[in-house]
Amino acid sequence: MVFMPFACIYIPNFTIAAALRVEPELQAYAIAIFEGKAPLEKIVAVNENAIELGIAPGMSTSQGELCSELVLRQRSPLHESSAHAALIDCAQSFSPCVEDSACDTVLLDLAGMESLLGSVPQISRAIFERAAALGLRANIAAASNPDAALLAARGFSGITVIPAGREAEHLGPLPVPVLFAEQLNGDEKEGAESLLATIERWGIRNLRSLAALPEVALSERLGQRGLHLQQLARGGALRALASVEAPLIFEEAVELEHPVVLLEPLAFLLNRLLEQVCARLASRALATQELRLTLELSNLTGIDDDYENIGIPSESDGSVATQTASQIISSRQTKFTRNLSLPLPMLDAKVFLKLLQLDLNAHPPGAPIIKIHLAAEPARPRSAQGGLFLPPAPEPEKLELTLARIAGIVGENRVGALELLDTHHPEGFRMRRFVAEAARKTPQKQTPDSSEAQAAITALRRLRPPLRVNVLLENGQPARLNCPKKKEVQGEVLWKAGPWRSSGDWWECDAWSRDEWDIAVRDGNAVSFYRLVHDLLGGGWFVEGTYD
Amino acid sequence: MSSVVVPTSAALGRPFLFDAESEAEECLLPAEVKRPSSYASPSESVIASVQSKIGNRQSAIPLTPASRLEARPAPEMVTSGIVELDALTGGLPRGCLTEICGIASSGRTSVMLATLAAATRRGEYCALIDASDALDPQSVAASGIDLDRLLWVRCNDTALRKFQRTEKSTSRVPTAHEPGFMSTSFDFEKKNSHQSEHRLEQVLRATDLLLESGGFGLIVLDLADVLPQSARRIPLTTWFRFRRAVEDKPTMLLVMEQQPIAGSCSSLLLKLSAAKRRQNAAQGASRGSEIGDVKAQVERNKNRSKDCESLVPTHAHLLSSLEFNAELVCYRLNRKPAQSIAFETQAAWTG
Repeated sequence: MVFMPFACIYIPNFTIAAALRVEPELQAYAIAIFEGKAPLEKIVAVNENAIELGIAPGMSTSQGELCSELVLRQRSPLHESSAHAALIDCAQSFSPCVEDSACDTVLLDLAGMESLLGSVPQISRAIFERAAALGLRANIAAASNPDAALLAARGFSGITVIPAGREAEHLGPLPVPVLFAEQLNGDEKEGAESLLATIERWGIRNLRSLAALPEVALSERLGQRGLHLQQLARGGALRALASVEAPLIFEEAVELEHPVVLLEPLAFLLNRLLEQVCARLASRALATQELRLTLELSNLTGIDDDYENIGIPSESDGSVATQTASQIISSRQTKFTRNLSLPLPMLDAKVFLKLLQLDLNAHPPGAPIIKIHLAAEPARPRSAQGGLFLPPAPEPEKLELTLARIAGIVGENRVGALELLDTHHPEGFRMRRFVAEAARKTPQKQTPDSSEAQAAITALRRLRPPLRVNVLLENGQPARLNCPKKKEVQGEVLWKAGPWRSSGDWWECDAWSRDEWDIAVRDGNAVSFYRLVHDLLGGGWFVEGTYD
Repeated sequence: MSSVVVPTSAALGRPFLFDAESEAEECLLPAEVKRPSSYASPSESVIASVQSKIGNRQSAIPLTPASRLEARPAPEMVTSGIVELDALTGGLPRGCLTEICGIASSGRTSVMLATLAAATRRGEYCALIDASDALDPQSVAASGIDLDRLLWVRCNDTALRKFQRTEKSTSRVPTAHEPGFMSTSFDFEKKNSHQSEHRLEQVLRATDLLLESGGFGLIVLDLADVLPQSARRIPLTTWFRFRRAVEDKPTMLLVMEQQPIAGSCSSLLLKLSAAKRRQNAAQGASRGSEIGDVKAQVERNKNRSKDCESLVPTHAHLLSSLEFNAELVCYRLNRKPAQSIAFETQAAWTG
């Protein structure tokens, strides 16, 4: 018989695991998760440390609060969905055929993976380590059929590999309730409880005893369901996996107990979310080219002088926040979104964190933050062929950080590459993003050849803004000029060339029409060349630049 | 006090003082300063003292005489994009700081764009830190620069203007009859100085970041419109830091300025100026302008021989074939005598 291995990843105490994934520093503490509306909040999950303190599920939060060492956290569906998504990503990094059995359980088909990833024990170990890297402590089990692997993962902690044909022997010691784990938490709870109670009344405590029962007698008493349970206990149930194509959604979120006001603690939380997102992307061999950060801000109520300056207009899905404290009360602005678009697909959590920090420094949220949601748009990782003889190029990650820092110094839209626009306007250009792609364009010449170099062009140095000058005309031509703001730009016009007339955008509001002169003005012992412009619409004369 | 001129070892072609193997020859000293016989050779005593400090171990660090220290390899020279300049200097050195200074209309920007064009033609990425936001896009395109490989950093004083606007709104403008009215011109110069310093701060910070990032073949600091008195305020330690940052790297650091400011930190210093023909033409033109007839002046110049230095450019050729002089002021990489050379630039619309 050909051994077709299946693996199961099971997260024990999933609710606690999801909370610890967001706050790993609470690992050593006694934790209890509660849900419900006050004052009827009930504890739904506890960890081992809390059990030792006598805390159990079903207790009220007020009872839990009596224990000073207990850490209480509200149940967060957001955290659990993130943990479940991480679990799916972990499974899909090892096999394309994955069944999403439950929020805490996934099954993988490892057929054909041994030649790629190694033996079944090696694959199991790798899955365990990958899950740990994603912040999940998992039980891993491998067997020749999915249900046996599932039972083994639920029953045994750590890594379990059941050889083919020995499922009954390995599953025998497991208690009977392990067969009803899913039903007891779902809609079939009552039926499962009654069936379990019946089996326990018979004195059946483990799967070995259940497997040893006569089939005919069992079917007469429990029907087909009983036979199915016996087959599961023997580890002989065969079925195909109902594989699911998980959507490529990489999102992480965290709800905060206390609002965060400063950017430094926010950076700490962002770092954690970014690491988790990057780990999930890496497990799927993907990168990202866009990050979307959504901050839920606290809906301020009451007048507070400290918050007078917080009403800073920022991107939001609501109305623009106003400046006065009284109007903040009625503000409906609750979300603050920033999109970080990258020039190339990247996967470096530290770079992302620095870019987000620089962006938030330039555009602060303006209110305390109560929830952070981070989403990454997946993209294929970039592939570049390096070469020994290629000219040096900046590293994309370093360059992106450098450009963000420079933009913080000189201002946004004042650093980048130049792009000429299709217009005759003298300032017909715009700034665009500078992207260094070494392999995108090959250099025109491998070795410098001076004989083929272009002749040097007489360059113009622009004055931004242009200098207004007073011009004395003779026969309609500039003969003398005087600039109040710059003493060097004044004197008699020695030589002149022009005028050259140009105009454009006459159909727009900002139409322009001008006469250009190239003039030479004596400045002491030197002669300087300027471009003199006569604005035909406005009537003024300007020095637009110096020929240098 | 009597002084004795002692010829140095280098001047006499003798080995260095710390040369262990060869013995120093006896100096020809006057009798009154003859050394006592008990005085040991300086080389032996120094070596002995150093060895005693590091210990008499067999595996002691061997001392390398200074004369045997390996010379730093000469930097790679690349073309500046102008044939005449390459003939003058051999090109621009990589891993070094180069200064190009000159007044307005001396050809600095033309040289800068030609260098950038040559660098982008080689496939290198370049960065231009523009202190005065003076780059002309049409000139850049006409020079043949690959726009995708040029990073343009446009320094500005927007932040400073905001601060000044805040100050202005709170302070009252003095009237003509109040003291402080005559200080408006001083305030204007002071304002310009503040703006220059603010932009310089941006330039220096951006340069630090780009040098740290690495990967650029050419980084140009365009300080051509910065007042010399402001540019001179950049401490030499900053230039030294920049120079160290590009050492042993393939990055060229080029500074355009009005006057030299980097001192000994620059490996190459070029001074640009207008060609003498232009200066003489200007003098001739100014004499002609006293008569006030431009056409007559042109006619007079046409009648002169071609060798005459006072050649007035005509209407259509004002900017074509502009001549500049480049003078090699200082070249620390290789001892070269000061020399100058002339080169021409073409207008963008000429063929």
